[in-house]
Amino acid sequence: MHKLLTRQPGLKMLLLGNEAIARGGLEAGVAVSTTYPGTPSSEISSNFFQISQESKLYFEYSTNEKVALEVAAAAANSGVRSMCIMKHVGMNVAADALLTLAYVGVRGGLVILTADDPFMFSSQNEQDNRFYSKLAGLPMMEPSSAQEAKDMLRDAFDLSEELQLPVIFRTTTRINHSSEIVSLGELRDPKTTGDFVKDPFNYVTVPAVSRNLHAKLLEKLDKAETLSENSKYNMIAGKGSWGIICNGVSYNYVCDGIKELGIQNSTRILRVGFSHPMPRILIRTFLEECEKVLIVEEGEPYMEETVKAFAQEAGLTLSIGGKGDGCLSRLYEYDPAQVRESLGEYFGVDYAPRDGIDLSDVPEIPQRPPSLCAGCSHRATFYAVNKAAEGMDTICPTDIGCYTLGFLPPLSTGDFLICMGSSVGTSCGFSKVSDKKVISFIGDSTFFHTGIPGLVNAVFNSHNFTLVILDNGITAMTGHQPHPGVDMKAMNFEGYGQVSIEDVVKAVGVKHVSVIRPYRVKKSVDTIKEALMYKGVSVVISQEPCMLFAKALKKPRRKPFFVSDKCKGDKDCINDLACPAFYIRKNRVYIDPVLCSGCSVCAQICPEHAILPLKDKA
Amino acid sequence: MKPTRLIIVAVGGQGNLLASRVIGEAALMADVPVRMSEIHGMAQRGGVVESSIVFGDAQSTIISDGEADVLVGFEPSETLRALNKCHPGTVVISNLAPLSPFTVTVGNGIYPELKVIQSLIRSKTAKLIAFNAESMAREAGNILSVNMVLLGALIQTGKIPLTRETVKEAIRTKTKKVFVETNLKAFELGFSTADSMA
Ligand code: SF4
Ligand code: SF4
Repeated sequence: MHKLLTRQPGLKMLLLGNEAIARGGLEAGVAVSTTYPGTPSSEISSNFFQISQESKLYFEYSTNEKVALEVAAAAANSGVRSMCIMKHVGMNVAADALLTLAYVGVRGGLVILTADDPFMFSSQNEQDNRFYSKLAGLPMMEPSSAQEAKDMLRDAFDLSEELQLPVIFRTTTRINHSSEIVSLGELRDPKTTGDFVKDPFNYVTVPAVSRNLHAKLLEKLDKAETLSENSKYNMIAGKGSWGIICNGVSYNYVCDGIKELGIQNSTRILRVGFSHPMPRILIRTFLEECEKVLIVEEGEPYMEETVKAFAQEAGLTLSIGGKGDGCLSRLYEYDPAQVRESLGEYFGVDYAPRDGIDLSDVPEIPQRPPSLCAGCSHRATFYAVNKAAEGMDTICPTDIGCYTLGFLPPLSTGDFLICMGSSVGTSCGFSKVSDKKVISFIGDSTFFHTGIPGLVNAVFNSHNFTLVILDNGITAMTGHQPHPGVDMKAMNFEGYGQVSIEDVVKAVGVKHVSVIRPYRVKKSVDTIKEALMYKGVSVVISQEPCMLFAKALKKPRRKPFFVSDKCKGDKDCINDLACPAFYIRKNRVYIDPVLCSGCSVCAQICPEHAILPLKDKA
Repeated sequence: MKPTRLIIVAVGGQGNLLASRVIGEAALMADVPVRMSEIHGMAQRGGVVESSIVFGDAQSTIISDGEADVLVGFEPSETLRALNKCHPGTVVISNLAPLSPFTVTVGNGIYPELKVIQSLIRSKTAKLIAFNAESMAREAGNILSVNMVLLGALIQTGKIPLTRETVKEAIRTKTKKVFVETNLKAFELGFSTADSMA
């Protein structure tokens, strides 16, 4: 049995934030869950996926966040508790659905989880999704710990049903990826079927209907504000006259900080956990009781702007600090020492930090950036494309996945990236205004996510570029989730269809479509060359399973390779391919047999034919 | 309970996350307050994995620069890189088997000498326990049990509020059955090595 299905209320477990969130969903009796995988939210989904195999929970990996939200919205409007999970940038994709869903509302509880990523540990930006709650007019909750995330999520479903609105549940990486001891609650049996009651004048958002619905939404928001005023998640601790308003993980840093500064008795903390609408009266009263207030929140001055507006309304002139005066940053994530320092500085508390150590004589340590795995099929494809495009002036828009790492030298196959699917759309623009050959790269999962509309556009508007679709049969980067192109039967999952990328590309109207097996280097180079010559839109589909996933599935391993004495030290293998299985000792090139996955690409490109499979060594 | 802060750094694939989980489970068994955080964005692609573990009365799950009381490094150059997390009273435990980053292979950077790494750490912190954990893992029967070897050494220092028995119990109940025996052996080897160096 999956550990999160344990029926023992009160039992304590060591849970990752994302596990605690999944458990919270189960304790709320969530019946339908949908997602597009994205770090830092991925483990919520992978747990739901496993749990759905052995419980009544329905879970799906949807093609993108917009679709995921639409699926969940329909289920919720049929009275079934639903949850939609995404990383922060996924919310941009779902936003079209979100903003009008706010008008329509829900009947069964719907919680939309957005996992923000301050510092961009694994994201292209660090947008602060709290503004979505303002933009859409939806209630929002933000936990400060794993235990609270679990309990709060349960309450978020009740709140959603009480207000008949989706609730935005906002976490940050340090909530998702921190573990702590969590005490379990009661599991609730999910109600898995519902009924949709026709009511087109409330559900079909033509202008006349939406005009009414917007007014209704504002009424619901008034009610939400009252609930926020009285929510246990907006809590005040301490009686001092130095006020601190904080949220999420910043609350923990504040609690530790005031202890270390020894100012518990002088401070008063308002932790905002129900953060949209903000509790107006509670905050005003709080401000009235303080001499000065510091607002500690990662990201944008979301609370700060609101608190300052409340103070203005109430005619309060106390000093309210935050980001504006350069005290705290809008950049990256916070850490405990940084928050402690800001508190000390703002409230004028002396604090002698512990002695540091002098690092000035530490030599530069070679960097260890992540790289494509040894034998990753993407490396082989990039190599072949580079060979095929030799001598050409190129622009290479790329996309989001492991293969983004191809932008690093020596592969250097990535020139432009803004979001999921942007490789295809931007290729249209680049090829229109430039004479350079545009070659773009997109992964299989990303192609389904948002690549298809760009390709349709390219065919319709007669653009001119080559799109290489890197089909490795899985969503690799986020931890190997399936996507619509995956053969689920082969992985022993029943009840799935399968969409062929090649069929889609042809159906869309692309006239030049070729398929390569990237481990066959020469053949791949020749095929790509042909595609590059084609005037118009050509697509090359590069098919080879993700090496790491194949290993995880315990697929039979290929024999590793070794560098024989024929090697003359040209180092083409290292300079052009950069497979991390290579290393140099005393000026001789070696292959680490543990890392080498036997893809044979290096052996095919070695001018001396010095690289041989290990079995031939004897 | 006064907070104790532990940082573990490793290269993706070295089993740092399992070591952290064993520590967390042991803390749960022993009723020691524990919070931990991990960054494993692209760990599988050979990058650096860092876990922070905070015992005692603190709410933060991460550790600021200069505030780790104990540092465990699974790879010598990574131990050195994490020195910014330490203070003069920090106890450092490091594996001495290097995993040369690919940047060195392509000629971008020079791997620092092991002797230099050790003397730098030793001169700036309270104590360094350094040995080749890889050969010990091999001795225990599984090269992948480097994490358990270093865990053994960590527990021997007495710097974190967990006993040898509790951690062994956590290994017994929370690691894969087929590996329990080698894991325990690796743990004991690490423990006695640190003991002999004390
Ligand atoms: S996980 Fe798969 S796709 Fe990603 S770098 Fe490794 S082999 Fe390549
Ligand atoms: S065969 Fe060559 S390129 Fe492929 S994984 Fe092994 S060393 Fe790397």
